[in-house]
Amino acid sequence: MTEQQTESGIVLPSYTRENAEIDPPLDFAGYRSTEFRHPKNPLVLMPQMLTEVTGPVLGESRLGPLDYDLTRQHEEMPLGQRIEVSGRVLDSDGRPVPNTLVECWQANASGRYRHEVDDWPAPLDPNFTGVGRCFTDSDGNYRFVTIKPGAYPWKNHHNAWRPAHIHFSLFGRAFTQRLVTQMYFPDDPLFSEDPIFNSPRDPKVRERMISRHDWGTTEDHWQLGYKWDIVLRGPDAVAFEEPHA
Amino acid sequence: MSKLGVTPSQTVGPYFAIGLTWDDGPDVVPQGTDGAFWIRGRVIDGNGDPVPDAVVETWQADSGGRFAHPDDPRGAVDRGDFRGLGRCGTDKEGRFGIHTVKPGRVPGQNGTLQAPHIDVTVMARGMLARLVTRIYFPEEEAANAEDPVLSSLPATAASETLMAVKSDDGYSFDIHLQGENETVFFSI
Repeated sequence: MTEQQTESGIVLPSYTRENAEIDPPLDFAGYRSTEFRHPKNPLVLMPQMLTEVTGPVLGESRLGPLDYDLTRQHEEMPLGQRIEVSGRVLDSDGRPVPNTLVECWQANASGRYRHEVDDWPAPLDPNFTGVGRCFTDSDGNYRFVTIKPGAYPWKNHHNAWRPAHIHFSLFGRAFTQRLVTQMYFPDDPLFSEDPIFNSPRDPKVRERMISRHDWGTTEDHWQLGYKWDIVLRGPDAVAFEEPHA
Repeated sequence: MSKLGVTPSQTVGPYFAIGLTWDDGPDVVPQGTDGAFWIRGRVIDGNGDPVPDAVVETWQADSGGRFAHPDDPRGAVDRGDFRGLGRCGTDKEGRFGIHTVKPGRVPGQNGTLQAPHIDVTVMARGMLARLVTRIYFPEEEAANAEDPVLSSLPATAASETLMAVKSDDGYSFDIHLQGENETVFFSI
């Protein structure tokens, strides 16, 4: 990690700062619920100090042996297309982020979440909870086995449908790297009308959320494979160019 | 060096509670820890209504001002049951609670010493990215006065929104996403 040295002799890593070219705006007219849930005052720029460049180191004792496999958490297999979703967690310099907790949650094959607020007329599946957890290995690899989630309607506008997606939550190595995002599937016809998918300004940035089909993890008569790498904020390039005496 | 494009944030949506809430989520320190207290608050929107689908996460040093983390240049200190992370979804009234101890002082930049503080992440349906704020402690008047973050806030920033308020079992700390009492949020 890029390091910065303070006068007190403390050497700290430094991460690229939040960037409006990457993250979506908090005030986004297309997503109605943002209206009363975004601050009107500008964010105050804060230097990254010790609390910001450290973060929780969570032990694997938090995991059950089948937490990575959402198809084996009940008596029977869930309904739906079995898929494996795997990839690497990297920083923006391409370095793996090892031993970090990756959490995911999703709707079932019908597009319904096992949550009391979700009551649209699609069936729940008694064999599917829709929650997964794993730690990346020493090379940043993660892997989930699940079923492909269905699309589902929401009330943002008339005939609003969310493209199929899996929610991902990552802690990375530092508070600064905390990320919650969504993984989408290739060629979804619902992309064009979905304000959440389209909230990052740059279409090229949106594509970073789309997984790709992968023959290497597709298994004959068993599962389809999807690959998706997740990139967290990495060393600050500006600080990198400065000599740190 | 070729840079990889950073993955953008998306909202946690309305259903995160199935995945992001843990039974022991609020416990930065285990129940029964000496000197532990609760920080309780509400997440409020710009209409003054509670936000019932937010998740509040906290990150802090231990009572000695140390982090159990390899990037703490003073050396990682593992204090056993101290997790440092707190996590709590809001209830129907927008309430959350974090069970913790007061962090010690942590060095800042240029030889400064920060006042005891807790970093806070807020995420919710209707928020496309997280918000970051800090909790400070009202009785730490001398430390707060020399804290590099508090002392460099813009004159227009409502610094009192960063200050917890003493309560029966610890402190209260409300988070106003918008409106007259809008909390000061940081870009890191």
